[in-house]
Amino acid sequence: MSRIVVGPFNRVEGDLEVNLDIEQGVVKSAQVNSPLFRGFERIMQGQSPMDALVYTPRICGICSVSQSVACAKALADLAQVEVPANGELATNLVLANENMTDLLTHFYLFFMPDFCRDVYRDKDWFAEAKVRFKAKEGRSVNTMLPARSEFLHLMGIMAGKWPHTLSIQPGGTAKPIEAQERIRLLAIIAAFRRYLEQHLFGADLEEVAAIDSLAALQAWRAKEHWTQSDFRAFLHISEDLNLSALGRGKGNFLSFGNYPLQGQKLFAEGAYIQGELQPLLPQHITEDMAFSWMEGDRPQHPESGLTEPSLDNPEAYTWCKAPRLNRHVVEVGALARQLINGHPLIMDLVEQQGANVESRMIARMLELAIVIPQMQLWAQQLDPSADFCLTAELPQEGSGVGMVEAARGSLGHWLKVSKGKISNYQIIAPTTWNFSPRDEQAIPGALEQALVGAPVLDGEKEPVSVQHIVRSFDPCMVCTVH
Amino acid sequence: MSLLNAESPDLMSTLAAANINLLWHPSISEETGSEVVEILHQILDDELRLDALCIEGSILRGPNGTGRFHMLGGTGKAMMQWVAELSEKAQYTIAVGSCAAFGGISAAGDNLTDATGLQFDGEVPGGLLGEMYSAQSGFKTINISGCPVHPNWVTETLMSLALGEHTSDAVDLFGRPRMYADQLVHHGCNRNEYYEYKASAETPGDRGCMMENMGCLGTQAHADCNSRPWNGEGSCTKGGYACINCTAPEFEEPGHSFTQTPKVAGIPVGLPTDMPKAWFVALASLSKAATPERLRKNATSEKLIYPPTIHKRKN
Repeated sequence: MSRIVVGPFNRVEGDLEVNLDIEQGVVKSAQVNSPLFRGFERIMQGQSPMDALVYTPRICGICSVSQSVACAKALADLAQVEVPANGELATNLVLANENMTDLLTHFYLFFMPDFCRDVYRDKDWFAEAKVRFKAKEGRSVNTMLPARSEFLHLMGIMAGKWPHTLSIQPGGTAKPIEAQERIRLLAIIAAFRRYLEQHLFGADLEEVAAIDSLAALQAWRAKEHWTQSDFRAFLHISEDLNLSALGRGKGNFLSFGNYPLQGQKLFAEGAYIQGELQPLLPQHITEDMAFSWMEGDRPQHPESGLTEPSLDNPEAYTWCKAPRLNRHVVEVGALARQLINGHPLIMDLVEQQGANVESRMIARMLELAIVIPQMQLWAQQLDPSADFCLTAELPQEGSGVGMVEAARGSLGHWLKVSKGKISNYQIIAPTTWNFSPRDEQAIPGALEQALVGAPVLDGEKEPVSVQHIVRSFDPCMVCTVH
Repeated sequence: MSLLNAESPDLMSTLAAANINLLWHPSISEETGSEVVEILHQILDDELRLDALCIEGSILRGPNGTGRFHMLGGTGKAMMQWVAELSEKAQYTIAVGSCAAFGGISAAGDNLTDATGLQFDGEVPGGLLGEMYSAQSGFKTINISGCPVHPNWVTETLMSLALGEHTSDAVDLFGRPRMYADQLVHHGCNRNEYYEYKASAETPGDRGCMMENMGCLGTQAHADCNSRPWNGEGSCTKGGYACINCTAPEFEEPGHSFTQTPKVAGIPVGLPTDMPKAWFVALASLSKAATPERLRKNATSEKLIYPPTIHKRKN
């Protein structure tokens, strides 16, 4: 048995270290370390509740709006305020703008460059992969960046700037949309759609969103040469490397559901445990600290959770706590979201092959194809003559919960207010779930489980299989511990 | 992540145009793990020239001065120590963002992690590197503060370094590049007409000036946010919310709620920069008396109630 430590693990957001025990060329066990603790939950203690809208988005430069939305929802829950239709539409558009940007950024900047590593130099697709996806230089990378920036002009109009907006409020949005701005939004989203159709998919978004099985995906792919689009190129490479067999998850999933509009969420909430779809029961969420540099002797629901960093725990190897749903390790993200929402392609993929490197990536691309047309509808539905924000009066005492789906999965804020000030604030971020350490039963977290069995080639210091698996989760480490 | 939003031209084109080679960037570079550590060792061993060390994020010195709150993964060494060692080799050291510059948001509250900036701890010179520190070029740390930074603040500063045009006069008292810090957020604010007449917003979404009630510090904040757009279109005040002076040291603890203006006897405590108090009070009461009905009504409304009157040349 040998042990290797991989870090600093880059092309993930934030700081990450992965410790691997290797035997006979495969990973036997893994420990995931989040080596940065900043203590946002502590920073918020004693602050005015509305100031959480300033602090929480600054947890992260890439999931900033998701943090804003979760915070605003927690404050709305505290104040029991309703959001007008325009407020919901605007929040959905801003959140979707960040989420879709993140899915795209992950594909081109974080995930695909690994196929340009020298370890693949003998592959027949290697030269083409380098032309498209090479870090810093790839043609597709450099086509994506300007398209991404132009798509984020939506933030300029609707949120002032990205990251770190304050326009998202408990009662809606502080930025009413004028008639002329609504027209601009339609143009911005349409332009981004055109980019996706021409470069990423080589197909209409509706055509991609309608793919309803693994067989149908294979048939769609075969309609054109693999170099016809970046997504087809990924599928080609993935098949050659058998990525659907890599990074298998244990098959439990969670989604808080997303994009509410007048009582109906575009993506349903729920849990998928041992092959069965179940309703979401947030009271079953706990965090434990058995392997964390934290004080705390038993799992706590986040409403009564504490954040007391301490280096005294000899078992600890990370600042990350271990969240569990009814004691189950769950995986969150686009795959979980589309599975729980019942998308036929994702249901088929999970049934046949489970969660793996390939299915996680396919779910992300599928979500781009589903959500962009939806954004066009939301922008059309904005009514510049109606209200965008209602005033929220916060009580001096109370509590609130805000649950949302960030690009990377389920994000929850739990807030308590006493004498008009924040008395407790607990956050569980998507990668807290995915990159959780072992729990009090010594059961490893989702990534730790997915890494077991990963092949390690002779002499590899940072096994390429491990890199694919880790990045297939699109981790955001700054959110993980916060 | 804000840096990736650079436009006209995009980030990669800007860097290429300035002949800047990224030795390593955590989000962009292929190199990972031991490949990165190798690059860092080459720099420390003087085998690789480091022109600019760009650091994002506060330096966490805790607990008890160990830096354990932030270890550089895979190295068993605190980030604090890596930064201190690399800064001795860098031609220029650059703090990107208010956290790296001054401690920023991470230093808020009771500052459990003992967060500091590279060469300032809040407004106080010192920080990790100490007041006397100079990079190899002889210049102190350049503080591109902001939370977030505008991408072009970063690219333009890097370009000016690459052109060899940096001087000690190019930064202000807090080490911020004057290219953006010599302006006020107030300059070019889309709500200027409301400001002139003290027609003030009262709740989020209102169209009026946000200085009197909503905590806006645009008249005091050093940045060009309203003279160059964010994400091609916006700014905080255009987005419907107050400027919180995020380029300033200690912005993270204003001593009151960010979005409520503290007042004494009905007068905002923070006055516009360089404005004598007596004159401000006199002008404010005069302009309030003169506020046109159009601005008074529009100021507290989401929607435009009164468009400006059209004057025909002939009746």
